[in-house]
Amino acid sequence: MKRMSWFNVTSLTLGFAFLYLPMLVLIFYSFNASKLVTVWAGFSVRWYGELLQNEAFLDAAWVTLKVAVISSSIATVLGTMAAYVLVRGGRFMGRTLFSGMIYAPLVMPEVITGLSLLLLFIGIGLDRGVLTIVLAHTTFSMCYVSVVVSSRLVSFDRSLEEAALDLGSTPWEAFRLVTLPIIAPAVISGWLLAFTLSLDDLVIASFTAGPAATTLPIKIFSAVRLGVSPEINALSTIMILIVTIGVVTASLVTKQGVIRAQKEAQAAERAPV
Amino acid sequence: MPRVSQTVFAPWDDPTEKPLIRFQNVTKRFGTFVAIDDLTLDIYEREFFALLGPSGCGKTTMMRMLAGFETISEGKIELAGQDIGHVPPNERAVNMMFQSYALFPHLSVWDNIAFGLKRDRKSKAEIDARVDEMLKLVRLEKFARRKPHQISGGQRQRVALARSLAKAPKLLLLDEPLGALDKKLRQDTQFELMDIQETTGTTFVIVTHDQEEAMTVASRVAVMDEGRIMQVATPAAIYEHPNSVYVADFIGDVNIISGQTNASGTDTYRLSWAEGQQPVTATSDITFSEGQKAHLAIRPEKIRISTDQPVDADNKVQGKVLDIAYLGNLSTYHVELPGGQVIKAQTANTRRIARRDITWEDPVWISWNATAGVMLAE
Amino acid sequence: MRRFALIAIPYLWLVLLFLAPFLIVLKISLSDAALAIPPYAPTLKDGIGTLIAELDFENFVFLTQDDLYWKAYLSSLRIALISTLLTLLVGYPIAYGMAKAPDEWRATLMMVVILPFWTSFLIRVYAWMGILSNEGLLNQLLIWLGLIGEPLTILNTNTAVYIGIVYTYLPFMILPIYAALDRLDASLDEAAQDLGCTRTQAFWLVTIPLSKNGIVAGCFLVFIPALGEFVIPSLLGGSGTLMIGKVLWEEFFNNRDWPVASAVAIILLLILVIPIVLFQRNQQKQQEAEQ
Repeated sequence: MKRMSWFNVTSLTLGFAFLYLPMLVLIFYSFNASKLVTVWAGFSVRWYGELLQNEAFLDAAWVTLKVAVISSSIATVLGTMAAYVLVRGGRFMGRTLFSGMIYAPLVMPEVITGLSLLLLFIGIGLDRGVLTIVLAHTTFSMCYVSVVVSSRLVSFDRSLEEAALDLGSTPWEAFRLVTLPIIAPAVISGWLLAFTLSLDDLVIASFTAGPAATTLPIKIFSAVRLGVSPEINALSTIMILIVTIGVVTASLVTKQGVIRAQKEAQAAERAPV
Repeated sequence: MPRVSQTVFAPWDDPTEKPLIRFQNVTKRFGTFVAIDDLTLDIYEREFFALLGPSGCGKTTMMRMLAGFETISEGKIELAGQDIGHVPPNERAVNMMFQSYALFPHLSVWDNIAFGLKRDRKSKAEIDARVDEMLKLVRLEKFARRKPHQISGGQRQRVALARSLAKAPKLLLLDEPLGALDKKLRQDTQFELMDIQETTGTTFVIVTHDQEEAMTVASRVAVMDEGRIMQVATPAAIYEHPNSVYVADFIGDVNIISGQTNASGTDTYRLSWAEGQQPVTATSDITFSEGQKAHLAIRPEKIRISTDQPVDADNKVQGKVLDIAYLGNLSTYHVELPGGQVIKAQTANTRRIARRDITWEDPVWISWNATAGVMLAE
Repeated sequence: MRRFALIAIPYLWLVLLFLAPFLIVLKISLSDAALAIPPYAPTLKDGIGTLIAELDFENFVFLTQDDLYWKAYLSSLRIALISTLLTLLVGYPIAYGMAKAPDEWRATLMMVVILPFWTSFLIRVYAWMGILSNEGLLNQLLIWLGLIGEPLTILNTNTAVYIGIVYTYLPFMILPIYAALDRLDASLDEAAQDLGCTRTQAFWLVTIPLSKNGIVAGCFLVFIPALGEFVIPSLLGGSGTLMIGKVLWEEFFNNRDWPVASAVAIILLLILVIPIVLFQRNQQKQQEAEQ
């Protein structure tokens, strides 16, 4: 065991305090009885109650969730296909353009992506609503999925696919029975990433949403522009808690899986031949 | 008693025998790089055939062309009389055991072995019976439900073998099958492989860079270099009758003495190899012209070393001991000749305590018979 | 046939929903604003000939003449640059501390760094509004400590924007630096000390140069998105905070001048091309070095 120096302990403590204190403050004040956000007036869950009464927020939350589920699912399929094409597709016409179109949205400022999609939708006369947000979110999140999946595919032992072909699988069977089950964790993380990006997105949704459909981030943004509100604090607290529980559970599950696999591998090496 | 020639397995000497695999003038290019250069080769049924060569010699490319993972640039490959150039890998009656084993990590040992059978849409009963048979063959019945990461390296190797044999292929390809095992286990597994090959009667083609492994398991060995086959012969023929300096040098340890030939009687030549030294006498199956440059290749174990001048040797040279490598069962002496050339001589340590040790700087005699070496043209 | 479909489906999707919109932006940036729906001219309805004849660089000329845009670009660059450096100063010690932490802590520390990344960006920016405002927690704390008599104005200034960018992009800086430091052989540091370096010298002469790739990657990962940032300047910045993302938004939604908004977007992209190309080159060099 190596001991950590005081310098390292201090930098980690201060760093993590910086990362987490603002969110803790937010959570703390969501239980404030007072309407004035900065004055503590006793514990209360009043704002949570009011939040649940707020139809506009609930509608927006529902739209956001719907958009996130649909767009991340389509994005996962398209992104996985794109990753497979990039890593295993060999040469084809316009490959450079294709990989360019996969990577460009990752560095494209959101305002530009949003603006360009809006101009397209107006140009082809598509009414802005849930459909346009789904199209927009699918397009940029499929690129993230593709990056996550292709980094897994690059390290994937190609001889596994060859072995499947050698044993009589068609290329599609080899993908479905061998490649997909093995890269599944990467595909799932890709979906989760796409889902989170869609839930979070304000800028692109603002451009592509119409009066018929508003997402939660748009609602939150227009509310907080006017200043801090206890209702938003309550909403933020709920969102932070959901994410925390999700991420902590996921990492515990993976950690246990890794530990079990290590133990089994050690046991196997000790076993007699 | 007359020898019963049928018991000797040598289909390559029988002109009526039809080969299972024919490479006919096969060339494979990757861009401008020629991986396989106009190669012609026959492999017969029930053979255990080894492709031996340093890395990058084209042996893996040949195997991958047989499996269907590489296309052929020129020429054709026949399997049982059929051109297989355009048959995709999943439709070839050829299976491969991968160097990395390529066991599917998400499937159990049982499901790995059943994988190929399921692709053939066989009935459940048939699959069950065949998988059980295979598990028994490789002695892994107890491990059927384990996942690949839950078994040892040697067991994984056997699963890979069972999986590739399950479909009873006409031809089994093995890509460095023992490369990942440690030395002791590798030796045991070599004999197991030979047993299994004999029991199943499958034709095996093995790719290896380990000459000892090739010599142990194979009925015939092809020594390859830079996309060409240098020699194809039985292990004994490759060792005792190499056809080139490259092969002689690649297989085992060898002394090469180079010089000019002069005939002296039928099939016997005298080789002048150094200023002021007696020419050496050697027999040869191939004929050399007067004054032709030639190399005499002699294995160290065919050279005797002694402190006294030998009386009954065809060739003898005096030198001094430069180095001794004691290997336990054998000792190799490096003897420096007056001209500066170093000759290796090997003796078996048959006694625990030698009568008189030859040691460093000792003047010694080395000697060998005219039939001890092979004469090779330039 | 299957292979064709596999390539064609994602390909077409991106051509229709990424490339085509981008070309439309390019086209509109060359058009003129008009009091119509859509609010620009010419459109395809005027015929291809007129369309091509009437396109010009007027909007770009306009951008160079009105110093609002100049200032916005320059100020975006300055804000992105300063906040990238600040993020590096905050992020490096954290990454260093993580790399020196005992092995069994690593996974947890990683999770702690990544967790905020999964939390809503908007909420993380919003959290600072309550802290930085005049009657906010920070001012209350400083007054209580007696350090200041009057509350400081931090919210709606560039300082607040710096804090916001450092806070939200910190994981992007920490992770590549941590990855570079983690790969570093601990015996290198010991070798340097063995050869007579003090710990500080060993850090500057060995550790810093060897983590250069991580530092460069982290800086680009912060700088590139910060340049086009919209949410942070509009929530934490003031009326004096000029950032190009915000200008584009206002040009489009408030002024409804689509051609100028498109021209602003094109220029922003041109500015971004330089750091993106540099970033890619850095990544490539790193990959080659690893092989």
